[in-house]
Amino acid sequence: MKIFLRSPGNAKGARRKLSLKAREARLAYLLTGPALIVVALIILFPIIWNVVLSLQPIRMRDLATIKLWDLDHLSFDNYARGLDRRFWTGLRVTLIYAFSSTVLAVAVGLWAALVARDPFPGRNLFRACLLFPYVAPLVSSALIWRLMLDKHIGMVNVLLEHFGGAPVGWLTARALPVHILGLGIKLPVVLITVILFEVWRIFPFAFLFILARIQAIPDDMYEAARVDGASPSQSLWYITLPQLKAVFGTLFLLRFIVHFYKFGDVFLLSGGVAGTDVLSIQIYDWLFARRNVGVAAAIGVLLALLLLALAAVYQRWFSTQEV
Amino acid sequence: MAKRMSRDALERRIGQTLKVVSIVLLLVIAVLPFYWMLNMSFRPYGDVQVHPLRVIPRWQDVRAVLSPLVCIGNSEADVCRSAVLNSSYAAVLIHYDFWAFIRNSLSIASMAALLSLIISIPAAYALTRLDFRGKQWVSSVVLLVYMFPSIVISIPLFVFFVRLQRATGLRLRSPAGVTIVYLAGTLPVALYMLRGYFLSIPQEIEEAALIDGATRLGVIRRITLPLAAPAIASVALYVFMIAWNEFLYALLFLVDAPAAWTLPLGLQQLDNQEVPRHFLMAGSVIISAPVIALFMFCERFLTGGLTAGGVKG
Repeated sequence: MKIFLRSPGNAKGARRKLSLKAREARLAYLLTGPALIVVALIILFPIIWNVVLSLQPIRMRDLATIKLWDLDHLSFDNYARGLDRRFWTGLRVTLIYAFSSTVLAVAVGLWAALVARDPFPGRNLFRACLLFPYVAPLVSSALIWRLMLDKHIGMVNVLLEHFGGAPVGWLTARALPVHILGLGIKLPVVLITVILFEVWRIFPFAFLFILARIQAIPDDMYEAARVDGASPSQSLWYITLPQLKAVFGTLFLLRFIVHFYKFGDVFLLSGGVAGTDVLSIQIYDWLFARRNVGVAAAIGVLLALLLLALAAVYQRWFSTQEV
Repeated sequence: MAKRMSRDALERRIGQTLKVVSIVLLLVIAVLPFYWMLNMSFRPYGDVQVHPLRVIPRWQDVRAVLSPLVCIGNSEADVCRSAVLNSSYAAVLIHYDFWAFIRNSLSIASMAALLSLIISIPAAYALTRLDFRGKQWVSSVVLLVYMFPSIVISIPLFVFFVRLQRATGLRLRSPAGVTIVYLAGTLPVALYMLRGYFLSIPQEIEEAALIDGATRLGVIRRITLPLAAPAIASVALYVFMIAWNEFLYALLFLVDAPAAWTLPLGLQQLDNQEVPRHFLMAGSVIISAPVIALFMFCERFLTGGLTAGGVKG
């Protein structure tokens, strides 16, 4: 500091001018510092470390003793082991799961938003009640569903039988042969169940998103359409839905990313059996059932790379939209 | 009846009918499972087997659930011990230690929420109000870690956890230790949400105060924080909810330490052949009731936050 004080006048003036900006930057670093350090320690560093782990042969039992930052003996063996037939089947299941649950959740969310657009008595209560599935803890929701879908005493099957149907193994039947229009199809029942569970849990989120956008559509547009003789279904088709395109895109990408990596929902409902072996369950399985940390890390790296690609798509999409 | 209804009138009439049907149907879809959970939490297996669709529990079952209430104060008696085991709620709370899980969940969730806010409020302020090199970069990092899947982070964190515990001898499989891990889930959400909120709060007043000679920290304390208080409160509630509902990290890091189990983990571990179903449902009610009640109280306040940051759920 003393050196600065003795410096010539013009330098001092320059310093003060600079220092306003520099001081702001210093304050900014001070304020963001703690967050950055914590994020680096518990998220960024683990992500990078995961790559190193994925290139080493690490088993759970020698976790406590093995050298964990061994950059001399790296190999791709874990990837070769991890990318087995189960992985590719799992990838397909994960894609089907993420895609259908996202599309259906957005569709049901749209339905609910259209219903709640115009005021009716009790609309606030209606809106609050619809959010229950989204805010309730996952573990209890999964337990309720499992009890309701129980093959013998679950209310769904009891009702089915009451109306003359046969009980369905909602959480056990990998494929149920059914005949629709003379065609024999095998329905992946458990996969459908976990998709519907996800739709049930997430549609409130889509509902809120879409409702906010629907209520922002100016009334004049509807007025103008009515003056021109448009019926309600025409204004829905030609005004509301086009106005919602952007929010559909955002919701779809956002939720697709989250559903692609979902662990708890599938784990707690079906445990990953009977055709619901999604990739996040495979990671857990490699880690705790097969106790192979290296392969788990390898699949984790692949999923992370996929996320980076999806996030890039999302950011590009987001920068072109104003939602 | 009109001879010919116009297309407009016809569609309106159909629309009204569809709307009423939809309201009922959507309410049933959203709420019925929770009613069923409450109903089933009172009904022992024998009753469910005979009358699977009974909508209101028998009085005798309700009385069995309530009976331990008379024992408050003299819990020593044998009568009371059996009353506890016959009441789903009391059994779960006392016999299966849910009191301890509630304590753990409360302390982990509130610590995670508090720490997330303390760390993210200054950062969110800097990211929206100050100009500095690397700002764009930091914002991208915030978005990235926000979307990063917890199942992937959990592997290296788990390895790190095991090694750190071994190297330091600390008891990391405890509520305090696992709070750090929970931060990996809650901090990015808090950062992302708060950044969005701060962007939406107009800056003119702050700038005016700065021009009038107020110091930066004075402005933060007297103007920004009070203006952002509702946003901060809703982020706090939301982050608390995430931590309260969190399951994956609890499963990975606490499963070997029953004394540190959280409510979701305790409930999941209870889900086995020996435990009666109505006990499980009572446990589910105990976990869900606080969140749903909290949400009903602050519904208006929270819905904005849910759309802003409810991605991880």
